[in-house]
Amino acid sequence: MMPDKILYIDLSKRRFHVRSRPDLFEKHIGGTGVAVRLLLEECPEKADPLGPENPVILAVGPLTGLFPMASKTVAMFKSPLTGNLGESHAGGRSATAIRMAGYGAIVVKGASETPVYLAIYGDEVYFRDASGIWGIGSSYTVGRIVRELESEAGLRTIMRIGRAGEKMVSYASVTVETYRHFGRLGLGAVFGSKKLKAIMISGKHSVKVENPQAYRILYDKIFQLTVKSQVMKKYHDIGTSSNVIPLNELKALPSLNLRQTSLKNAENISGENLAEKYLGRRVSCSHCPVACIHLATLREPYEDEPYFYKTTMVPYDYEPIYSLGSMLGLTETGGLLKLIDEVETQGLDAISTGVALAWATEAYGKGLVTSRETMGLELKWGDGEAYREAARRIVAQPNEFYSTLAKGVEKAALKYGGMDFALSFGGNEMPGYHTGPAAHLTFLTGARHSHLDSAGYSMDEDNAKTGIRMTPRQIAEALFKEESWRQVLSSLVVCFFARGVYKPDIVLECLKTVGFSPGITLEDLGRMGVETLKSKNSFKAREGFSHRDLRIPRRIIETETPLGTLEEEFIREGIEEFFRLFQ
Amino acid sequence: MLKLKLFKAEKQLLKGGTVARKLTVLDIDKCVGCQLCMFACSRRFGEGGFAKSAIRVKSMGGVERGFTVIVCRACPDPPCMKVCVTDALSLRKGGGVTLNPSKCIGCGRCADACPLKAVFWDDEANKPNICVHCGYCADYCPYGVIGLTEAE
Repeated sequence: MMPDKILYIDLSKRRFHVRSRPDLFEKHIGGTGVAVRLLLEECPEKADPLGPENPVILAVGPLTGLFPMASKTVAMFKSPLTGNLGESHAGGRSATAIRMAGYGAIVVKGASETPVYLAIYGDEVYFRDASGIWGIGSSYTVGRIVRELESEAGLRTIMRIGRAGEKMVSYASVTVETYRHFGRLGLGAVFGSKKLKAIMISGKHSVKVENPQAYRILYDKIFQLTVKSQVMKKYHDIGTSSNVIPLNELKALPSLNLRQTSLKNAENISGENLAEKYLGRRVSCSHCPVACIHLATLREPYEDEPYFYKTTMVPYDYEPIYSLGSMLGLTETGGLLKLIDEVETQGLDAISTGVALAWATEAYGKGLVTSRETMGLELKWGDGEAYREAARRIVAQPNEFYSTLAKGVEKAALKYGGMDFALSFGGNEMPGYHTGPAAHLTFLTGARHSHLDSAGYSMDEDNAKTGIRMTPRQIAEALFKEESWRQVLSSLVVCFFARGVYKPDIVLECLKTVGFSPGITLEDLGRMGVETLKSKNSFKAREGFSHRDLRIPRRIIETETPLGTLEEEFIREGIEEFFRLFQ
Repeated sequence: MLKLKLFKAEKQLLKGGTVARKLTVLDIDKCVGCQLCMFACSRRFGEGGFAKSAIRVKSMGGVERGFTVIVCRACPDPPCMKVCVTDALSLRKGGGVTLNPSKCIGCGRCADACPLKAVFWDDEANKPNICVHCGYCADYCPYGVIGLTEAE
């Protein structure tokens, strides 16, 4: 059975209705495929990302609730950070809950005058007053309160924003089930602009299939592949933080605002060290046996009260270790965990926050900003306490400097200078890979300017091993192919970490089992991926994006990669080749 | 392979088995909250989702505190059975109950009576989901949190 129902919620009028849209799901599968068409329908041209006209679209897919690791929700909106396509994926229980509530997608429009949170129990939608929880300092506390107020524990998702979202920091995140996020591109600020504090969704609908026996056989095949094969091992064991040591050794770990590509003490913040000294619990998204979510146990004594300790569970992954650790020269493990915890508490995106602080530290060192701007805060590499305070001030925005920094590194550099070392691509702060040209071409050409769009870093890493050198055109073609295929995965919606399990033949089998267009072929799938990518590109073009305007930060040229020094001409050619493929 | 295991478990149940077994939570601290057991339980009926699931995994007030698995513990003297007004529930060998759906009127007293809140409700059928202790869910638990043990 394909999902087809869409729940439309209008926060301005406090009304909702449900529409059946088989046209969208039968043609575009679900997830990102459906979400981008809804965005084109719902988001008016040149919409203000923080205006009531900006829709929040949440979409799941036909595999959700049926197959393992089909555990992600795609969020689409216009990004307040880049002023263009906003797309972010999160797991937790979000996807399962949306499907079990009976929906393939949810569209939230309008804005409330007073703080509100949504409680969705299947067909019932409640607009609850959130004035009493607006302004609470910690996003953890908000989660606790909503958990107590609403029922159906175990069958629900609670998406919520922290203070960063309320204050509309351009890279505020939406937290899901405490440790998962719609992290990138500022969905939290869009929630904040709508005075939408949280969305709770629950349901326990069944999902029927035409041939139950075939379904169970296919399920077992995928389950065995997941738990028995090696393809998920990296995520299962140490988790994504297993990247730290190899990237440091390769000299591809962006450090000190990418003035360096390795750090002497990187081992301290490696997945191996964290697992040995801090790993306290592993957690999974709903319907995923991998349990890649690693939680560190941070035990701190109270200085003024002997025999009193505070124990905090802090999630860690490669990206926050890079952005809040190596980028800031913070290799003291406890200090890094405390900074990650602060970023979680405030509800900020870890990558953008780290990159913004790294730029600020360098700008401070160079005298572009002074203690007048930082309000007495001395920003220096490795000073975790100062960075925690800086993160709080990005949210509180006590002066112009912090409120500019809250709009992203590019806006800050425009005002204070230092554009050469402002590490953003298409307006989005840089992910943690300085592996070579393909990584940066991913950041530049990817629809979301995210490393996950087409994973060029992985291509670079392979090329570093084999010694193969690709031309700009070869890279562009490979990235285009990868990004197109990922549109299929994020339409299903399966986790990108499971891409080794969900190979094209398995995807076809799954789609047939769920009753999606029985005659579908691999070529059809490939075409659908390209079409979805084209739709994203047409949205971006509509909103004023041109690949010719892409800024290549000088710093990525200055600092050598494992594949040698990058050349601007090479990168430009790669960008041209990539966008030629849309024609 | 998994299919075979289920077959065995089912066969044993059908025959009444030589040894009665029951589903047991073996080590809750290894639970990662993946809910594969919940999905497995509904998949016995060839469907996705949780509508027919007789087991639930939820966090203990936030995932940072870990999880709890709520499932029938196969009481030898089940309170759910005692409150059933239509005798739809009868004592299962090894503890717990079996449901005769044709007698069940969907009053929900069994669910109220269970102190573990382990009688879940199928809203679509308006009947309780009663754990039959087949162990199908345990076959999909990646970390050995739950398993079949011999009933006393």
